[in-house]
Amino acid sequence: MSVAVEADRTRGGPPSQQPGTVLRRTGDWARRGPLLPALIFTIIVTQIPFVITLIISFMDWNAYYPDERGFAGLSNYRRVFTDANMRSALVVTVVMTVTVVLVSLAIGLGVALLLDRKFRGRGIVRTMMIAPFLIVPVAAALVWKHAIYNPVYGLLNGAITWIWSLFGSDNPPQPDWITAAPLPAVEATIVWQWTPFMMLILLAGLQSRPLDVIEAASIDGASSWQVFRYMTFPHLRQYLELAALLGAIYIVQEFDHVFVITSGGLGTANLPYAIYQTFYTAHDYGRASAMGVVTVILTIIIATFALRVVSSLFREEAGR
Amino acid sequence: MSSVTEVGPIPAQTTSAGAPKRKRARPGSVLLGVLAWIIGIVFIVPALWMVLTSFHSEADAATNPPSVFAPLTLQGYREFFGASSGASPWPSLANSLSAAVLSTIVVLLLAIPAAYALSIKRIRRWTDVLFFFLSTKFLPVVAGLLPVYLILQFTGLLDNIWVLGLLYTAMNLPIAVWMMRSFLAEVPVEMLEAAAMDGAGLVLTLRKVVAPVVAPGIAATSLIVFIFSWNELLFARVLTSTVAQTSPVFLTGFVTSQGLFLAKVCAAAFAVSLPVLIAGFAAQDKLVQGLSLGAVK
Repeated sequence: MSVAVEADRTRGGPPSQQPGTVLRRTGDWARRGPLLPALIFTIIVTQIPFVITLIISFMDWNAYYPDERGFAGLSNYRRVFTDANMRSALVVTVVMTVTVVLVSLAIGLGVALLLDRKFRGRGIVRTMMIAPFLIVPVAAALVWKHAIYNPVYGLLNGAITWIWSLFGSDNPPQPDWITAAPLPAVEATIVWQWTPFMMLILLAGLQSRPLDVIEAASIDGASSWQVFRYMTFPHLRQYLELAALLGAIYIVQEFDHVFVITSGGLGTANLPYAIYQTFYTAHDYGRASAMGVVTVILTIIIATFALRVVSSLFREEAGR
Repeated sequence: MSSVTEVGPIPAQTTSAGAPKRKRARPGSVLLGVLAWIIGIVFIVPALWMVLTSFHSEADAATNPPSVFAPLTLQGYREFFGASSGASPWPSLANSLSAAVLSTIVVLLLAIPAAYALSIKRIRRWTDVLFFFLSTKFLPVVAGLLPVYLILQFTGLLDNIWVLGLLYTAMNLPIAVWMMRSFLAEVPVEMLEAAAMDGAGLVLTLRKVVAPVVAPGIAATSLIVFIFSWNELLFARVLTSTVAQTSPVFLTGFVTSQGLFLAKVCAAAFAVSLPVLIAGFAAQDKLVQGLSLGAVK
């Protein structure tokens, strides 16, 4: 699973000694010692379950029919690839991840740029922006589902009624948000919770800019757009990549909001939800495992690209 | 004395006069400030609405248009704490706290030595190890859920909060290793060597050289691990039932479709989020460091 990155040995590693001496080997193990508990723990808890998943994915195993357990060959995979629900879950996962990451990144960037300026109450606005991230996802999903989207007494339709009444209309539109646009409703809730995350990373990036250079540029007559385009943006780029990557790691695995707001209905089931359902509700262990394996393979493909981004950032740091 | 007090301000005045004077509050700048306020308010309104509704009566909570200035009551909280249903949330809150605290402690115990081996006394191929840890974070946890369920079922460890805490440890350990590594990398190695040469003991070195750099890192790591463990739903829902139920699971079972429940739900949502809100606001800067794996300081 690990992605090989050329080790930089400027600091670590003893400088070319005779290889294989006892002294050096004990030294190596003394160095490795502190790492081993964490490494062994991680391998046991994260890798062994995946090996078992791989094995079960080739088995006929449904907890409802315990007598029919046996080797299934590739039939689980055949079912996964021909299953319309699985294809839909795959599309939903991609659409949801891309939409949420891009929208929260765009809003986060806008707010970070605004908060980078001095204005009255800047600290208060920053605090207000952070709040959504600090609400337990299940709690946020419950509040949005019942107190905001509800067609009868939710805040959205309540606000519409109020605004319409200001203009003397007593016949305001009262859409049923979750039924009318289930996926955007779920996505909006996730965007609400993840925009602060993007904003915080980008704001920290903005505030680490070399200010003297920017000041010099504006004295030399560079417009604010030019400063943004040629100085701020290139500096911010690695923070944008970092925020997008870390956000994507979490949003690909999104479960809580889908579970609470739509229970995976109305075409909002993503891969984690579909796997959960196949395993927990349908008890089809073989097929759930095959879905898990396919998901892991897709993730590895995406992660290989993503890790390349991190390692390029990382090489910059290691080279410093 | 008077000459001293007079000398001070003079250079300061000349520099402030000599510096390119910034135009005060251009209209565009004011507009951008207003825009920031508007976006901030849009983001806080759902959270404030949750808090306000939680203090309203069920009847006032379910009006259209909303009754913002309805009288306040603690009825929603009484219901959350089981006034009429008899189901107390305390066991689930205690379970969440147990799992979060256990995983935070174990994560630190494992991550700090590992980070030490990846930053101060580096092993060979340390970047490979570091990226192995990160790559485990890319694996969708849901794909490992079934085997974990089967193993725990086989060993009779389902519905055990400490086991759940250990699973949260595994989920958060990669992030913690990355974060702690980036903090330990800031420890001035030359000073460690100098301290050793001057005969400073381990305790003194730790206190004077290592602690000032690493303490904020430990705080940031603890905060992130605690929040993610407190919030987790999927594993808790599948692996616990009555004994080890955590508060997110309690929340999902809280909504009954009978009668009005909006104030009750908002009270529950706010109460369960309160520990995270307090910890997060108290340590806003740590939050940034933690979320960016220590890349942003």
